[in-house]
Amino acid sequence: MFDNVIDFLLLAQAGPELVSADGLSEVVEQTAGQLTEITGSTAKANLGYLVAAVLFILGIKGMTHPRTAVRGNQLGAIGMLLAVFVVLVSGQVVSWPVAILGMIVGGAGGVWLSRVVQMTQMPQLVALFNGFGGIASVLVAAAEVLRTSNHGAAGLAAGLTGLIGSVTFSGSLIAAGKLQELPQFKKPWNFGGQQIANAGLVVLSVYLAFEMTDGSGWEFFPLVLLSLALGVFLVTPIGGADMPVVIALLNSYSGLAAAAAGFVINNNVLIIAGSLVGASGLILTNIMCKAMNRSIANVLFGKMEAGGVIADADEVYAGKVKSTSADEVAMMLDGVQRVVIVPGYGLAVAQAQHAVRELANLLEANGVTVEYGIHPVAGRMPGHMNVLLAEADVPYDQLKEMDVINPTFAQCDVAIVIGANDVVNPVADTDPSSPIAGMPILNVSEAQTVVVIKRSLSPGFAGIPNPLFAADNCLMLFGDGKQVLVDLVAALKEN
Amino acid sequence: MDIITALTIFVLAVFIGFEIITKVPPTLHTPLMSGSNAISGITLVGALLCGGGFWGGLFGFLAIIFATLNVVGGFLVTHRMLAMFKKKG
Repeated sequence: MFDNVIDFLLLAQAGPELVSADGLSEVVEQTAGQLTEITGSTAKANLGYLVAAVLFILGIKGMTHPRTAVRGNQLGAIGMLLAVFVVLVSGQVVSWPVAILGMIVGGAGGVWLSRVVQMTQMPQLVALFNGFGGIASVLVAAAEVLRTSNHGAAGLAAGLTGLIGSVTFSGSLIAAGKLQELPQFKKPWNFGGQQIANAGLVVLSVYLAFEMTDGSGWEFFPLVLLSLALGVFLVTPIGGADMPVVIALLNSYSGLAAAAAGFVINNNVLIIAGSLVGASGLILTNIMCKAMNRSIANVLFGKMEAGGVIADADEVYAGKVKSTSADEVAMMLDGVQRVVIVPGYGLAVAQAQHAVRELANLLEANGVTVEYGIHPVAGRMPGHMNVLLAEADVPYDQLKEMDVINPTFAQCDVAIVIGANDVVNPVADTDPSSPIAGMPILNVSEAQTVVVIKRSLSPGFAGIPNPLFAADNCLMLFGDGKQVLVDLVAALKEN
Repeated sequence: MDIITALTIFVLAVFIGFEIITKVPPTLHTPLMSGSNAISGITLVGALLCGGGFWGGLFGFLAIIFATLNVVGGFLVTHRMLAMFKKKG
């Protein structure tokens, strides 16, 4: 009966690049036709949602390799289009002018935002989108609460949608503001007893959500206000270095809010898509926490403890730091076999991605193998540094993750560290009392020579000196990242 | 649909999510995030079904705007990023 659906899904499973939008719409049309004959329109809509959900899963599956990722993203978009199409033809749309006007306004805004954003601003944009998804789920639950009386589980689900969605919305706006470095957020906001206030807000919100099981619904609106405040209080004290965790977590929440909204309006596709995103965000949160060796509770509620005695910078560096010049480094790079570049966010701040790529091109032209060692928290969100380098035409097969590159540093002639500090600080391994103790680092010091390009010896986010800079095989190349790279490229060309 | 059916779907979908997403390489974590973020704009389906009275209509209208922003912006910006990922040569 549904041979065509099965064939289609098998084909898509074999390779997302094999299916086309035309093929999909044909399958949907045929299947819908078959189904209407036997069941009627509700089953037809649900079948459409099912296909959409499968497309979301295949779409995310496509993301497992850069080669299939573009197609994967398109499958996801087709799934979304299908889900919307199913609603529009279901005859349940309350007001056509409202629906069309809303989609035009939102669509235009989405197109505009996606075009104007710079790659360095991607974390802010994703935070903003997370927030929009969250508030949309809250509004859907609000409309449903007003429309009808939701008893039992549906009432609780409405309450949880309000709670999670509102925290996502206000928390994401604050996170976006911080990442955009708006002057209002320069200093973390704090007030005494903030954690007690937060705990109180959580308890009160959850209580109200459970109260909603009686179907009265009035609790929804105070619950939303409390949760909005909670989102603000939760994110304001969190510092810049922890933003990758916060964005990943809010990403997860935006999915969970959508899933909760699915429970309210009894819709499978919301539940499935929402829980996929919820899982995705949780995994990324976990990866980011591991990359900093901190628990999620520590990120959200704790500060980076200044535990132990922080080594005195003068003591660490005095007389041991060797400074070098672009010419010297250029000479050193002559005749080497393998160079690993370790970029940090300082590279993006200096807008030096293209200069790095130029250096790498030049080295490769001389027969040098060039790779990049990327720490998971090198950027401001998971995978951010990879996008920034991809934008500068760095091929993705040269971007190596930490676990892959670390065992190979011993076979590396020169490691060039640009704008990174804490992620290459050996103290993480050697001093259990340090604030970054246990954080996995890139073992650049195992390379024959390490060249660190940095403005000064100033500490990174963790606020501690870095003994790497004083190591025997380490040379400091002081200056603005971009300028230094330009000088280095010029010096290499002269040789 | 009763609550247990809905919960079953939810839990199974979470497991599927864990299974496939752990296989996504770190290189693609940002596009994964923006792309999955666009998928969470699925709330749009719920938003289109909203209505009833002035407030219900207004909430629905705002929900449609926010969700469409999320969906359209998310998929487009993901596409923009992924198009930059090129293999050597």
